Amino acid sequence: MSHDHHDHHHDHEHSELSETQLRVRALETVLTEKGYVDPKALDAIVEAYETKIGPRNGAAVVAKAWVDPAFKAALLADATKAVATLGHVSRVGDHLVAVENTPTTHNMVVCTLCSCYPWEVLGLPPIWYKSAPYRSRAVKDPRGVLADFGVTLPKDTEIRVWDSTAETRFIVLPMRPARTEGWNEQQLAELVTRDSMIGTSLPKQPDSK
Amino acid sequence: MDGIHDMGGMDGFGKVEVEQNEPPFHETWEGRVMAMQRAMGFAGAWHIDHARYAQERIAPHIYLEASYYQKWALAMETNVLERGLAGKDELDAGHALRPGKALPRKFTPDLVPERLTRGSFFRPPQAEARFKPGSRVRTKNIHPATHTRLPRYARDKVGVVERCHGCHLYPDSVASNLGDDPQWLYTVVFDGPELWGPDSDPTLKVSIEAFEPYLEPA
Repeated sequence: MSHDHHDHHHDHEHSELSETQLRVRALETVLTEKGYVDPKALDAIVEAYETKIGPRNGAAVVAKAWVDPAFKAALLADATKAVATLGHVSRVGDHLVAVENTPTTHNMVVCTLCSCYPWEVLGLPPIWYKSAPYRSRAVKDPRGVLADFGVTLPKDTEIRVWDSTAETRFIVLPMRPARTEGWNEQQLAELVTRDSMIGTSLPKQPDSK
Repeated sequence: MDGIHDMGGMDGFGKVEVEQNEPPFHETWEGRVMAMQRAMGFAGAWHIDHARYAQERIAPHIYLEASYYQKWALAMETNVLERGLAGKDELDAGHALRPGKALPRKFTPDLVPERLTRGSFFRPPQAEARFKPGSRVRTKNIHPATHTRLPRYARDKVGVVERCHGCHLYPDSVASNLGDDPQWLYTVVFDGPELWGPDSDPTLKVSIEAFEPYLEPA
């Protein structure tokens, strides 16, 4: 099972990939025949992550916090509870924590030990988040990581890295971009990128839309 | 365990490469692996820390080569075998050769997406919390051969408790099949130089989520 995900474009027929496919198929067949899993439930789970559970959920949370100071305060106090009040965002489990970027502090989230990630608000983690380069460097050289994303922060900005070593999950509340006065939540949510909620990037600027 | 998974602070892995417009899954089997893991977790077949511990025991050269969902699949095979849920002969045959064990629940299609929400990890405390926000603490210098969530780079370091998250089940115990053993969970923040020495970025602060047994007063 040494197939590398970067090879997928040109490697569909290769025997190594077939081996993985065969092993996964064998596993699913055995677990199904044993009565442990229902293939229709697996279909539904896959579909949910492909279509329903993604970073739009988190972007809606951020946009709401940008326009509603009471919601923002509630979000920073208890993100699990605050997100539960938003009918249009999927439920989240306990232990969601929102951390706020300010002019003096920039937050970045990593999981050095595995790949813990706030699935319910951001969907499935991107490959880079789960990769050795990110997991190894984020806690030691976050400015170098930010440079990989094309982001440079002022020299005196405090960089706060949150290593998700337990079941607490973190979402970054980025700073609201300038020149968005009077924008509504839907317009603002368009500026909120997935990576800005992980802390490896900043929201889009209004003139870069 | 001091395994290859404990990557914080290692050098040499290169730049972070971002794939533009990355799809949720690159291959159909990846989605099946993800869904099986969620369904087996829901069923009570194993705990998430059993899944992590099985990944941590993948041989380092395979761990580094395998893709994310390949690691999940390998860990799932390990847990299926170790927990007696299927035999190697059955995985090799690609079919069940014997009836399954009874599991507490089964993930059925009607439970999606509501029951994809994670369950709570809160557990009733066994004792009063020893620390509170503002407490200065030193992480222990421990190297258990089994699963732990205290990363190597943050062992024997002095930090400050910033938040208390209540009492949670304790992964070190759960992964070793020793029960929930609930422990207080804290965010502990360290200055960059405490972790990385005098050459550290002076503007860096790093926090970990630390269970109380990892900590002593400083």
